[in-house]
Order: sequence, then structure tokens, then C-alpha cells
Amino acid sequence: MTWLGALLPPDLWQNEQVTNALLVGAVAAVVSAALGYFVVLRGLSFAGHAVTDIGLAGGAGAVLLGLNALWGLLTFCVLAAAGVDLLGERARERDVATGVILALALGCGAFFLYIGTRFVNEPYILLFGSIFEADAGLTPPLALIGAACLAVLAVLYRPLLFCSVSPETAAARGVPVRLVGLLFIVTMAVGVAEAAQVVGVLLSTALLIGPAASAMYLTARPGRGIAVAAALGVMETWAGIVLAYDSYYWTWPVSGKGWPVSFFITVLALGVYLLARLVRPVGRRRGEHRPPAVHNPFPEALA
Amino acid sequence: MSHLSPSGPAVLTLDRVAIALGGRPVLRDVTAELRPGEFVGLIGSNGAGKTTLLRVILGLLRPDGGRVEVLGRAVGRGNRAVGYVPQKAQIDPDTPLRGRDLVALGLDGERWGLPLPSRARRARIDEALRAVDALSYADAPAGRLSGGEQQRLLIAQALLTNPRLLLLDEPLSNLDLRSANAVVQLVARIGRERGVTVLLVAHDINPLLGVMDRVLYLAAGRAAIGPVDEVVRGDVLSRLYGYRVDVLRVQGRVLVVAGGELVGGDADMCGHAEEQWPERLALGGGRP
Repeated sequence: MTWLGALLPPDLWQNEQVTNALLVGAVAAVVSAALGYFVVLRGLSFAGHAVTDIGLAGGAGAVLLGLNALWGLLTFCVLAAAGVDLLGERARERDVATGVILALALGCGAFFLYIGTRFVNEPYILLFGSIFEADAGLTPPLALIGAACLAVLAVLYRPLLFCSVSPETAAARGVPVRLVGLLFIVTMAVGVAEAAQVVGVLLSTALLIGPAASAMYLTARPGRGIAVAAALGVMETWAGIVLAYDSYYWTWPVSGKGWPVSFFITVLALGVYLLARLVRPVGRRRGEHRPPAVHNPFPEALA
Repeated sequence: MSHLSPSGPAVLTLDRVAIALGGRPVLRDVTAELRPGEFVGLIGSNGAGKTTLLRVILGLLRPDGGRVEVLGRAVGRGNRAVGYVPQKAQIDPDTPLRGRDLVALGLDGERWGLPLPSRARRARIDEALRAVDALSYADAPAGRLSGGEQQRLLIAQALLTNPRLLLLDEPLSNLDLRSANAVVQLVARIGRERGVTVLLVAHDINPLLGVMDRVLYLAAGRAAIGPVDEVVRGDVLSRLYGYRVDVLRVQGRVLVVAGGELVGGDADMCGHAEEQWPERLALGGGRP
């Protein structure tokens, strides 16, 4: 462990802000990864990103009212998710609905930030996160919210998987497809609001999509895929936190100024994703079982 | 066919079923009764209401008139006595599920909560996979398999509730001739061995010739049911369509020409004509 101690920044474990960041980061990473698995499976990446951006308006509004940004984030994310789901039944419709709501919310967010911020760095914190400055008093509610998200996801698991893969069959078997979709997207909204506390509104998508998309290249089992995604998410987050802490000691490009956590997490998430794509044990079978792409209209003439 | 028990109770009863979609009448008067273990081909051109009829039987659409019963009871969603393989059930190539996981959804995919692995569960899934000869590729990612292999997985998924009635919506589209024949033979075998009544939707009657017991022919919102030789005839289909229809038999194949168009017996004219005509008219050595 001495080599590890030499590698890690000094006084890492004595710093309460750091231990709190590691804890909150792990919760957000696990919840995001589990939700992200279904977000990727259902093709909701854009909606997932938009929901957090809309949350920005809520976060800024809460700051304007003198509340903690988390509560505004949560409210707006959930409302946005429900709106996106109810307005758009088909994928194309949903895409348009998402875009329209997103633009409106960003406008409101800009307004609230302009009117309501007392400190110069408040918009920055909301957008890009500030896990080291996270209020330790918020850790228990964050953990509780995270656990609730995972519990809901566990209850939804089978019908959600069923209607994500074969919606017609699921409907015929009595799965309330619309309701399951709505419950999921609302749960996702709560989860990404939480992740926004860690990496900020703009970058919470990194924790949502990155680990889950990477895991899908590594395994074709849904349960294992979620576990791998969670593990990748936690590793990326922790490595990002440690690097960000260490960067306070770096002298390049400027000394005495740490690099943001979210920068490291997004870079790591992208790196892991590219690596998983490159390795992709799951994709090896491509081509082996595919029928010829060109349809032969005269099979019997050749027989 | 010999395995039929014509005296058995009806598995599916359609009695003067009528339904309109968006103000347009799709089915006007469809009456038919399917017996246990029977293999029935549901034939009709595009827009004849084949998929609509399946959705009515599944309880996904409520008919405007008439009676629909499965095993003597009114239909409703979530009936475990009905197995269903939907149309165009192509699995996305990037779906991160093994064939086995996809099939498992047929067992209890509609129930809340996490699936608890158990030996009995695995045995039932293996049994369904074996029934469709899919054990060898059950652990491969489902999206990477061929159309025929995916079709087998979906049939296995539909078999897991031990249905008495199996509904297959265009399982042969997107399959090459050989895979299509293999799927037809497989479905016929399953129906025979398990005593399952099969209702298979197809726009081309030819792959089903010699396999199906009866044909349920949909046209102009009405239906005719019976052995192929009694239904797929010029006079019967002319009455059904309401205008002149000719049925040609060429080298053991059936061509239905309705109103100057080639339908039912082969391709629907919308889109497939160029593809299907030369193949059908340039037959070399009978059926493969």
C-alpha cells in the first residue's frame, strides 16, 4: 500500500470533504449507471440529457428563492420527464416535445441565474458541479433518494425490460406499457437530479450514459450489465475525485488551482467507453450469423 | 390431418366480428372456429385486417361487434393461454440481451420485481429453447443472430406460458425461402407435439401449402375458412372479394389474381411485386 500512498495525494483520507465526495459520488454513480442501462436500451439518451438541462432552471429558481438547488433540480427534472413522456408517444414526437421544453427551460434557467445569483461562481457550480463543496448535511437525503430510485427500478425491472425489448408482446401479456414508461422516466429524472449534484447539470449525462453504454459492449446479460455499469461508474467517479484533489498540487497550467472533478469524470467515461468499444467481446459474433445482405430474388434459378 | 380432434371444444371462436379503425371498416363479418391442434394460415393482402384480427384476439383492440372467445371465455390482455409473436419483431443488433434472456421474458416478464434465478426456471427456459432447436445459440447476443434464429427465439418466448393458441404475425417476412420453410415446419411440429392451435399470418400462401390444415382467408372485411382446395378457388374468392378473382396453380404453387393484381396467393402488389413476380414465374424445379 506504500506505493499507492505515494501515488495518491497527501492527506486525502483526512479530508472530510473528500470522504463525503467519495460517498456521494458513489451513490450518484451507482444510481445513474443502473438507470442509464435502461436509458440506453430505450434510446432515451437525448431525453435524459434534456431532463437535467431543464433541471437547471429549477436549480437556479431554488437558489433565487434561497433554497438548496437540489430541491429545485428534483422538482423540475421530474416535471420535465413527465412532460416529455406525456407529450410524446412516438419517438419522433418525443424528440420534438423534448426539444421544445428544453429550449424554454434553458431560457428560464438563464433568467433565474441572471437575476438570482449572489456569487459569481454559483452558475458555474450548478452547471459543472462542485462535489468538494457539497453540503455534508445533504448526504443522508441523497443516499435515501438514491436507494429509493434503485428500489423503484428493482420493482419495475422485468416489465421494463420486457417493454423495452418487445413492446407489442409485453402489451399483449398485460404489461401497462405506458405506465411503466412514465414511472421509469420519472425515476430517471430523480436519479439524474441527484447526479447533477456531483458533476453538475451539464455533465450528469456522462454518468448516466457512459458507464451503461460501455457495459453493454462488455456483456450481453442484463443483470451483469447493470452491475458492470455500476462498477465502471463508481471507478470513474472515484478516480475523477482523486485526480481532481491531486490537481490542487499541480503546477500546470496554473499552480494553486485544482481542475474540476467533472472534467476528469467525463474524460474517464469517454476513455472507458472507447476502450469497451474497441474490446467488445459481445460484438465478435457480428457477421457469423447474419444472412447475406443482398436479397437474391431468384433463389430457385440458382438452386 | 390425423392429429385433429374435430369434436373438441373450440380454441378460438370468432362470431361475426366487426371492427372499424379510424372510421374505416377493417373487418365487417368474420366468423371462424379453430379446433385444438389445428394449423391455420391467416391469408390476405396488405390492409386486409390480418394484424387487426390478431390484436382483437389478443384483447388489444375491442371489436365494434361480434363475439371473440378463447377456450370459451371472452378475450382479454394477459391471457397466458395465448402465445404471440408480433410482426416485424426484428431485434435491434445492439440489444444487450442473450437469446436466453429474451426468451425468459416470456415466462414472467409481465411480473413486477427482479427475476430470481432457480433451477426450475432455467429448466423451463431450456425446454422452450430445445423445442425450437435454439439451445446452441441461446447464450449469444440476440441482436447478432440471423432472422430465422431470432424468429425461433421469439417462438420459444411465446411457448413459455404453455399456450393453447399460438398467434404468429408474418413470421416469414424478412426470411429467405429456406429459413421460411424451416420456421413453418418447426411451428407445425410444435403444434402437433404440444397440441397447440396455430394461427399463422402470411401474405403468401405458398410456404404453408401441405402444412396447414385449413386456411382463413381475409378479403373485403369478410373471411372464408376451410381446406385450401375448398377456399382458394376462383368462385369462392370471387364471392369474398366481390369481384372476379382467378386462382392459378403452377407447379404446385398457387397464384391468386384479383382485379388484375396478384394478391394473397403470392405477393401483395405494394412493393414486393418486382421481387416476387420473376421468382414465381421463373420457377425451375417446383417447390424447394
